Amino acid sequence: MRRALPILAVLVVLLAAIAIANPFILEPAGFLAFLKRAAPLVVLAAGQYFVVVSGEFDLSVGSLVTAEVVIAARLIDGDESATWPVLALLIVAGLLAGLVNGVLTTKLRVPSFIVTLGMLLVLSGAVFLWTGGAPRGALSEGFREFGRGGLGPVPWSVLILLVTGAAAIWLMRADFGRTLMATGDNERAAALSGVRVDRVKIFAFMLSGLSAAVAAILLGGFAGVSAQAGQGLEFSAITAVVLGGVVLGGGRGSVLAAMAGAVTLEALFTLLNLYGISGALEFTVQGVIIIAAVAAGAIRLPRKPTPRRGDAHAAS
Amino acid sequence: MPRPRAAVAVLAVLVAAGCTTDKPAATTPSAAPAASAQGSGTGAQSKFFVQADFDAQLGMRSQTPEGPANKPWEQAIAPKMIDTAQYKKDGPYHLCFSNAAVNNPWRQVGWKTMQAEVSLHEEIGKFTALDAEGKDDKQISDIAELQAKGCDALIVSPNTTATLTPAVAAACGKVPVIVFDRGVETDCPVTFIKPIGGYAFGADAAEFLAEKVPEGGKVLALRILPGVDVLETRWSAAKVVFDRSRLQVVGVEFTDGDAARTKSIVSDYIQRHGTIDGVWMDAGATAVAAVEAFEDAGLRVPPINGEDQQDFLQKWKDAGLTAVAPTYPTYQWRTPVIAALKILKGEEVPGTWNLPQPKVTSETLPAYLKPNMPPLHYALCGCEDLPGFPESWGGKKG
Amino acid sequence: MDLLTRAGRAARQARGGPASHAHDPARVVFLALFGLVAAGWALVAIDGGQFLTMESVVGIQQRSAALGIVAIGQTLAILAGSLDLSVAYLISLASLVAAEIMAGQDGNIGPAIAAVLVISALVGLFNGLVITRLQVHAFIATLGAALIIKGVVDHLYDGPAGKVPESFQLLGYSRVGPIPVSAMLWAGVAVVAWFLLSRTRLGHRIYAVGGDEEVARLSGIRTPRVIVITHVLCSVCAGIAGLLLAARLGAGAPTVGTDGGYDLESIAAVVLGGTALAGGRGGVAGTVGGVLLLAVLDTIFNQLEINSFVKDVVRGAVIVVAVAVYARRGTRRTA
Repeated sequence: MRRALPILAVLVVLLAAIAIANPFILEPAGFLAFLKRAAPLVVLAAGQYFVVVSGEFDLSVGSLVTAEVVIAARLIDGDESATWPVLALLIVAGLLAGLVNGVLTTKLRVPSFIVTLGMLLVLSGAVFLWTGGAPRGALSEGFREFGRGGLGPVPWSVLILLVTGAAAIWLMRADFGRTLMATGDNERAAALSGVRVDRVKIFAFMLSGLSAAVAAILLGGFAGVSAQAGQGLEFSAITAVVLGGVVLGGGRGSVLAAMAGAVTLEALFTLLNLYGISGALEFTVQGVIIIAAVAAGAIRLPRKPTPRRGDAHAAS
Repeated sequence: MPRPRAAVAVLAVLVAAGCTTDKPAATTPSAAPAASAQGSGTGAQSKFFVQADFDAQLGMRSQTPEGPANKPWEQAIAPKMIDTAQYKKDGPYHLCFSNAAVNNPWRQVGWKTMQAEVSLHEEIGKFTALDAEGKDDKQISDIAELQAKGCDALIVSPNTTATLTPAVAAACGKVPVIVFDRGVETDCPVTFIKPIGGYAFGADAAEFLAEKVPEGGKVLALRILPGVDVLETRWSAAKVVFDRSRLQVVGVEFTDGDAARTKSIVSDYIQRHGTIDGVWMDAGATAVAAVEAFEDAGLRVPPINGEDQQDFLQKWKDAGLTAVAPTYPTYQWRTPVIAALKILKGEEVPGTWNLPQPKVTSETLPAYLKPNMPPLHYALCGCEDLPGFPESWGGKKG
Repeated sequence: MDLLTRAGRAARQARGGPASHAHDPARVVFLALFGLVAAGWALVAIDGGQFLTMESVVGIQQRSAALGIVAIGQTLAILAGSLDLSVAYLISLASLVAAEIMAGQDGNIGPAIAAVLVISALVGLFNGLVITRLQVHAFIATLGAALIIKGVVDHLYDGPAGKVPESFQLLGYSRVGPIPVSAMLWAGVAVVAWFLLSRTRLGHRIYAVGGDEEVARLSGIRTPRVIVITHVLCSVCAGIAGLLLAARLGAGAPTVGTDGGYDLESIAAVVLGGTALAGGRGGVAGTVGGVLLLAVLDTIFNQLEINSFVKDVVRGAVIVVAVAVYARRGTRRTA
């Protein structure tokens, strides 16, 4: 919790700024609508957190989201009775993609940046090869319900978001969390002290794949079939994670802060929109804020060189 | 770093030594865009707006096209025929096609349609197509590469207008060139094939809203992204119509063509303004997401325009929308093949081949809504009579 | 790994010269390249076409020159243990700056080139300083820079702009026999980078910093300065690629860099060429091979008219498999 404080403070400031222009967000309905919109990115950020904290990257989540939405549409093809089997299949497919990423990264010793970049290309090519270039079929109303409907006034996506968050926090408090953190901090030391490093990392990648599947269900439900459902989400997810103060290269940061980072990013988008910053300059503001946030986080931390193998890391 | 300067120096020497260049000698400069006017809520007029083109396109909408009645892809509006006897040769022919990309459903449907059209003609001995994957630089190389393959005619669908002009101009010297969809800034191609155009699209939709939305009503305009010529014309025409109307344009937003973003933007506007009385869109891909934003807010869907995409037409019918769907017909992908064969047989073709550009209205909706087609299929593909329909387009029989 | 062995490794890398780190993967990638050319020739012949025609040879070079130049710069950044995700947007910016300043006048070519090089060097300086002074991970620093440039470019331009004079367009189109001038420019950049890496103190320091930054620092290298310099050089390479693309297109285009996917593709080409993404191992020769490999692959696909979705799948698989092969060889030798 303590580690999430700075980002939560930033989030409160942003929400206050939004509220000045649009008080509706202070009402329960308005705030729930905001959370509903943020839900897919928050779920993705939670998944990405596990991978990042173990010292790796997952660049494949964006194309995995697109692939899952397109696969769901083709398999369901408007048939209500296919909804649940396909949902189960999507979860399995997400875990499987994560498993492949993890195994290639750990067993073949290919940097995860490259493995997941390759996975990105393969997934986006393969799924459109299968559907002949454009999405086919249609999602069922039952499938759409998770992104559109709710339990009374509370959208399903917010409930799923809360469950995901609770599960992620629980995981990090369990043994897995400790070994994951140790692996990211110093892989060799962790291995020497008996951590099965490879297994831990593979599990982290599978969690990321799972989160992409959940995000795909939410996004597909919210907006329907689209060939670009997951476009750019990999960078947004990584940005959200580092906004939350999680250090690329692994070993430091909390999952709550990572998810708060995602909510903050969504709040930032909403704010820029509300104050009518020209569509294009929005990116410039975003770039400056990301660099500033990470720089502010890095400067407070003591310089602590940790030897690791793996991905590109510059100044640590 | 003195390197590029050195490179220029080396280049100068090479040029002096009379080395080969694949570059054409000259390119024609573009026509300067003009006109700008201030309107209520619609902002400044696009710098892409050309009054003469606007007037011409709006005029073409009411003209009767010439050609076979049930084959709009062979019709032409006010054609000025040109002689092609110089290109006449005996078959079988080798046709080549440099495609900008197949990266969106519109181009997917078009590309399938073109391939099917090719398969209709026995006199086409070989059909070579290269996909530039949306990269200008690759398309320039592709066009150069195709010229070496012994093509009898070259069809080009340019990725961008200005940057592909030199490459097309170079090809014109060697083979008859047919350009369609986007144009180029040279008139060297034998024919340029296009539907009426973006002004007609934008005006069709805006005029519908001006008619259906009550006076003073709030209209939200959704655009994909700025700066794309074919989309700028759609918005600039709508702007002219809205400026003349009594409607209030409360917002012009960019969606990036992303359904989730579209839905969020519309929800925000509904929240901020209580209600929105009309939605104008420059492309139909995300129209269903906009409709759903009203449904999820528990509101009646106001008059809206989409495009001839299956998911929108289906929604239109199911929800009983007050809607119109201007089109940018995918059947234009059939015409270049037909034109190429006419040219190689020495038959006349229009210099600028303006295809009719119908709009789907509530009266014609049943005719265009085809069951069992995929959600992102375009109804005006003109592909129903082609071999492989509907499976090749992702549809199901029956 | 204790400090001593790390020091030993860094020292070996610092003194070893190009033979110890550049040669081996480069040989593999060129062998693969020849294998691919042979396979392509056979496949295209079966298909009834001709593979290595004049046009396709020129096409391979034209297609790879811009990516090749960016990838050389990216090699320097990656060797120093960094990476640069801002190159794609910088290329777009460079093409616009070049075409706008030239404005169709021959006399403006010099100032335009100078402006592009200065602006790209400044972007590199910004990247390098953010990474070293503000201690922001290179991934985030250059992603942030990319967003900043994207915002500015999209704000100022909404389509192709400027005009490149005929004389400068020759850079993109002229050739001597089968060799385009653009390929010569690429070769020139590659030779300069090779010389820098293998024959200068800076080159040795780049390897040392990428091999183990901490050890390099302890042995007296000013590591921040080395990282900043590699980023400046990387950005300048992107600027040169932008100039080349402006010459090809005859104008500046706000999307030319991103349409080409030069950010991720250049990184892919570098690792395909055997340079380790973690830094310290690899070299320019491998990168040249990696870029050519991708271009030949593209040409084969083009000749056989294979659709772009298959291309993505094959490309993704090739990159992962190649890096897995390097990783395997690497572990076998050290084990």
